[in-house]
Amino acid sequence: MTQETILIGLAGILAASAPIVFAVLGETLSERAGVINLSMNGTILLSAMGGFAVAYTTNNIVLGFLAGMLIGALVALIVAFASITLNQSQVAVGFVLALTCRDLSYFLGNPYMGVPGPRLQAMPIPFLSDIPILGTLFFRQDAITYISFMAIILTWVWVYRTRPGLMLQGIGEKPAAAYIRGANVNLMRYVYTIIGGALIGLAGPAFSLASRAGWMGTISGLDGFGWIALSITIFGGWNPARAAFGAYLFGFLQWLGLVLQPVLTQVPSQVLQVAPFPLMILTLLLVNIGNAEWVDRTLAAMPESTRKFFAKLLRAMRASPPAALGVPFERD
Amino acid sequence: MNVEFKNVNKHFGNVHANKNINLTIPSGSIQGILGENGAGKSTLMKVLSGFIHADSGSEILLDGVPVIMNSPADAIKHGIGMLHQDPLDFPPMKILDNFLLGMPSSFFPNRKEATQDFNLLAKEYGFSLDPENYVDSLTVGERQQLEIMRLLFLGVRLFILDEPTTGISTAQKEKLFTTLRKFPEQAMTVIFVSHKLEDVESLCDRVVVLRAGELVGELTPPYQTKKFVEMMFGKEVTLGERQSAPVGETVLSLNDVSLEDARLKIKNINVEVREGEVIGLAGMEGSGQNLFMRACAGLVRPVGGKIQLKSQDLSGKSYHVFKRNGVSFLPAARLEEALVPGLTLTDHFVLAEEPRGIFIDRVAGQTLTQERIQSFNIRGTPHTPVESLSGGNQQRAELALLQNPLSLILLEHPTRGLDIESVIYIWGKLKERCKQNASIIFMSSDLEEILQYSDRVLVFFSGKISQPLDANKTSVEELGELIGGKGWAEIGGEHA
Repeated sequence: MTQETILIGLAGILAASAPIVFAVLGETLSERAGVINLSMNGTILLSAMGGFAVAYTTNNIVLGFLAGMLIGALVALIVAFASITLNQSQVAVGFVLALTCRDLSYFLGNPYMGVPGPRLQAMPIPFLSDIPILGTLFFRQDAITYISFMAIILTWVWVYRTRPGLMLQGIGEKPAAAYIRGANVNLMRYVYTIIGGALIGLAGPAFSLASRAGWMGTISGLDGFGWIALSITIFGGWNPARAAFGAYLFGFLQWLGLVLQPVLTQVPSQVLQVAPFPLMILTLLLVNIGNAEWVDRTLAAMPESTRKFFAKLLRAMRASPPAALGVPFERD
Repeated sequence: MNVEFKNVNKHFGNVHANKNINLTIPSGSIQGILGENGAGKSTLMKVLSGFIHADSGSEILLDGVPVIMNSPADAIKHGIGMLHQDPLDFPPMKILDNFLLGMPSSFFPNRKEATQDFNLLAKEYGFSLDPENYVDSLTVGERQQLEIMRLLFLGVRLFILDEPTTGISTAQKEKLFTTLRKFPEQAMTVIFVSHKLEDVESLCDRVVVLRAGELVGELTPPYQTKKFVEMMFGKEVTLGERQSAPVGETVLSLNDVSLEDARLKIKNINVEVREGEVIGLAGMEGSGQNLFMRACAGLVRPVGGKIQLKSQDLSGKSYHVFKRNGVSFLPAARLEEALVPGLTLTDHFVLAEEPRGIFIDRVAGQTLTQERIQSFNIRGTPHTPVESLSGGNQQRAELALLQNPLSLILLEHPTRGLDIESVIYIWGKLKERCKQNASIIFMSSDLEEILQYSDRVLVFFSGKISQPLDANKTSVEELGELIGGKGWAEIGGEHA
């Protein structure tokens, strides 16, 4: 492989991962506020279909993306209403919605099966795209991929660097403590669940109008990405930047499976296709290894300086969920 | 800030939690509010801090102006801040983030400026907190300091402290009191809610006592402890004589046992515990007592040495083996580790019994529960879920759940957060067990309790363990020094 093909391959990973990036960012925001939106897999399918249908009918690709976001926000609103206002189990409601939305997308999408529709074109940015290496990687993408880059930065800055973001962390961690600091906990939970849902909804058209253009019903190959995104959110430790990295890592592993197929001919191709999934589980284990007791023991036996280094590394890698994730809040 | 309660009433359903409270707290004073658990102290403070509304007709005046507070955030705007018993902070986040959270600031908080403000304020009050450190690495006392700083920075003029001395060391308590004593100089007012007589006596300028929702009276120094107790309980209560059961054969022996976890190493522990003996563990939180106790329970595996129970070698065996051999462990976190929230008292007693077949005999279970409720004086019914019991009653339920006979009972903070009546009751029950030849090992941050109830005392200081000290021959002062790391050479008890 030449350097050029590798670069184009990597740039392809960035573009192909954009939908997953939106999904994990949305889920991260929602879970940071304390609401698990388990409907993600169905939401992505429904918004992929809906976004494509709207773009096809109106012949306006932007309307397609907006439709996807609207669908995501509406599904999230159901999750929020059921869990925050009706005090129902987020897991049960989310799971049922995941199945319903998936089947709904197949049923409603029938008329659009296999029709040729609009597709987002690459949009190289003048001058920047001529920078060696970086230009190919980052500046010859389509609009939605650029937006996915910006979304990562914006979400990270929002959560870690702004006043409302700080409060968001507090709401998911200990709502009672956020409440005495002036937060309207349940209203904020609604807001973040809906914004998160809109981001998840953007993942659908990012597939059906860009990286995997078109709607193919059950053989669209989109079923399952929502579940993967859910686990990447956990891998990401509810940190937007880390979650995005997880999304790219998953994209990279999938790409590797494709690239290695002609080289590793003795390995059945199915193994290479499936490999990314157990590999993701493995990384999840590795990341959270600091929680295990035997690691504590091993560390305790190390010399002081090494111990400190590893303890710090493990602390940085370890991710603990927002303590109030899935826990309803009632003021006294 | 001057505070005035006028005819404050609060009903919860049929329960009249505050009855016609009239109280004026002058600006610049430290006001104690004393009362046993459930006397209505917390309700009154929740009203003042905006958590709940009092019944209509109740009035609260700040500096003579009637105010209505709709939320705790609203109360803070009026200059009223509360330090909660479980600090309401965010453990996995950095100290600086905790300080910034909820602070009025620009959209992008200026972390550099905030760090400067923080360090300045910390210096003024003599707190040593690193803003870049994480809150989950702090002790409860340090978390209180952080909260105090945050409230000060928000411009709070009236501090409400709810049982602040529970779960902090003596040294941290002194530090807290020194800080609080500075407040009146700046015309700030402190309300100190507690059921601990000694704390109230040493800190407060004036003290009111609540009993069953009513304000029964106010006292000013010099205080008479007897008078307080009478007002709190409506009768005289005494701790009674120190009593020790005659000791018998060795029950538990630790030979050259070494323990370690990620933070602490304890080397070569040699201790023998005899039948009917009570051993008190003293030390600041995290000095090794927990590790020691969990090793005795079989929950932590020693890295070296031998643990014997009645001359049977149990080193490296699991908790279940210890339990089968008559060791019982009651952890401090009652609802997290000891009881199962959501299950009723009957469920607990049925679970604790030896199983007979796979079906539950409900009727027998309820009779048994009714019996235990009576003999342990638990305020609840067989159908009461454990989480709705008060702390004292949860502790009684735990004691009632202990098997009989037992060789060794291990207790973490058996009376933390309980009022004096419950304390006396619980120790009465425990001493009964000693007469039945059980040995007890317990830890407590209350040195008086340790001296009153133990036969011998082990002091812990950052992984060091003292020789067993005879409780008759030591004093609160000596223990206090040892806990702080002083005077270890004199007792010559350094194992490490």
